[in-house]
Amino acid sequence: MNASKRQSAILAAAMFAASCLASTASAQAPGKVKVGLMLPYTGTYSALGTAIENGFRLYVQEQGGKLAGRDIEYFKVDDESDPAKASDNANKLVKRDQVDVLVGTVHSGVAMAMAKVAKDTKTLLIIPNAGADDVTGPLCAPNIFRSSFSNWQPAYAMGLVAATQFKHKTAVTLSWKYAAGDESTNGFKEGFESKGGKVIKHLHLPFPNVEFQALLTEIAALKPDAVYVFFAGGGAVKFVKDYAAAGLKDKIPLYGPGFLTDGTLEAQGAAADGLLTTLHYADGLTLPKDKAFRAAYEKSYKLQPDVYAVQGYDAAQLLDAGLKAANGDIGKREAVIKGMEQAKLDSPRGAFTMSRAHNPVQDIYLRKVENKTNQFVSVAVPALADPARGCKM
Amino acid sequence: MDLTTFLIQCLNSVQYGLLLFLIASGLTLIFGIMGVINLAHGSFYMIGAYLAFTLSSLTGNFVAALLLGIALAVLFGYLLEWCFFSFLYEREHLQQVLLTYGLILVIEEMRSILVGDDVHGVPVPDWLSGGIAIGNDMTYPVYRLFISGVCVLLAAAMYAALKKTRVGMMVRAGATNREMVQSLGINISLLYRIVFAIGVAIAVLAGMIAAPVSSVYPGMGGSVLIICFVVVVIGGIGSIKGALVASLLIGFVDTFGKVFWQQAAGALIYVLMAAILLWRPEGLFKQGT
Repeated sequence: MNASKRQSAILAAAMFAASCLASTASAQAPGKVKVGLMLPYTGTYSALGTAIENGFRLYVQEQGGKLAGRDIEYFKVDDESDPAKASDNANKLVKRDQVDVLVGTVHSGVAMAMAKVAKDTKTLLIIPNAGADDVTGPLCAPNIFRSSFSNWQPAYAMGLVAATQFKHKTAVTLSWKYAAGDESTNGFKEGFESKGGKVIKHLHLPFPNVEFQALLTEIAALKPDAVYVFFAGGGAVKFVKDYAAAGLKDKIPLYGPGFLTDGTLEAQGAAADGLLTTLHYADGLTLPKDKAFRAAYEKSYKLQPDVYAVQGYDAAQLLDAGLKAANGDIGKREAVIKGMEQAKLDSPRGAFTMSRAHNPVQDIYLRKVENKTNQFVSVAVPALADPARGCKM
Repeated sequence: MDLTTFLIQCLNSVQYGLLLFLIASGLTLIFGIMGVINLAHGSFYMIGAYLAFTLSSLTGNFVAALLLGIALAVLFGYLLEWCFFSFLYEREHLQQVLLTYGLILVIEEMRSILVGDDVHGVPVPDWLSGGIAIGNDMTYPVYRLFISGVCVLLAAAMYAALKKTRVGMMVRAGATNREMVQSLGINISLLYRIVFAIGVAIAVLAGMIAAPVSSVYPGMGGSVLIICFVVVVIGGIGSIKGALVASLLIGFVDTFGKVFWQQAAGALIYVLMAAILLWRPEGLFKQGT
């Protein structure tokens, strides 16, 4: 009894010593770049988090497991899409694991908290999804980059298309009353009204209320030429189905950013057929890079990639560009940032560059729902840059 | 707002109110009559929605899925009461809260493991899939009217069972004084087990019937839980009639709040609850009505 206790104590001490050795060893090994992935691995957005990580790792694999000749060491934290835990989680990666670069996340509220931590600790941050305008607006910083989009981008493009291509004169906008919904509907309004359209009413309901019937009745009474909505996930499914069930789909065209029909088409079924949305990615793009990416992704993960996987892939690509510019030395901060700013990324979505505020300057596509895919129709706006309002950089 | 729109909005209010009653009525039984604070009620609702999704794709028939789902739900409720809830009647509310909160976590995780985190849709059965034209531009989905019909039937059945039958009398008596009923030679434990199972089954039924309109997604239980408690509290704890009136009231306040006073739409029903509780701290109706 006693002997075994002593034995386990010795074992524990040995393990402790070994772990100390291991950590000093890794600290001394030159050239390892530590990447902190802070993504949702549980909860509603877990599939998105996994897709982003898959995309990121795929790019690193394609470079032979190294970026600019440096090994990549991953540290992972599940952010649970919980803004209340976001600062702690980001600090865990920055202070405990001493990562060189933070990559995350999906949820805008969590991303805002990460941006604040990155700003305070001067850690490099690449945001592979969250579309909050503020991150590349008032919160912009030299060390904060985004490989995805801003909420304004697809919304503004849809507004332009609705006014010019479809010749709509009036529209009603509808979303949940929260930051992303407001940013998206305001972006649509800006684009639509700049080409002579008029948003006659903005309807909203508290998040995450999904009882739309009263507002559908209101829309039928207002009789606009078009309706623009921002919903995602379960809300998007329910709204699209309710809109069709209320008989409005054939009378008043429904538009939205791509999230209205991304990852939700299986559940929406026939109610979504023919819907037009705008996003920076689409099915049926004829780019060779996209074809190669889709084939490689499917081979590695036995899954079809989505827009989130593309954004993860491009986050790795962006980091690679920075490292290459600094000859693989992540410590040369200025050179890394400069390299990322000047990068011209060969993305599956089409080549894009970075704006002054570090948001992609990218083509926004008009897509149409066909056979449960979002088929490419046309380029709604080429090389659209976010206005980056409030960014002093 | 013209008259047609106003009337359609009234229809929306009634229809939403009845849907709320359907979801909350199971809670009225378990919380209102049996006195167990059941935070897992929303999870039972979610189980119903996922059952509708799984069973209707398995059987290909909505009615068969419904019947099978109810049978499973009764069994599930019966076992749950036997294993856990039967130990809780004599204990404090805090322990009931702890157990039922734990159940929420377990059920959410099981859902994630078994079905995954994707959003799913449940097709409306063909014979209910049409719409009735109202106004100039709108059609009213037949399925929503079907839901309302089911709610009215269920409300009538629950009211009659509790008020007019011998078993209903025993249940009500048990709510007032458990020991006394037991000493009169009634097996109150078994009776409560059955009432609990029925309460769970109603929540599951609500989830199954609502699934084609609400769609099926993670966390859907949490969003209905709070509104259910609001319904039960406004209506008066343990009153079926009260729950029905409260549901309709909330239906009207919520619908017209969204139209006329958008900024406050989220808060209005809670303001309503506060106002009613100030006026009548017991809720609108007394227990057992």
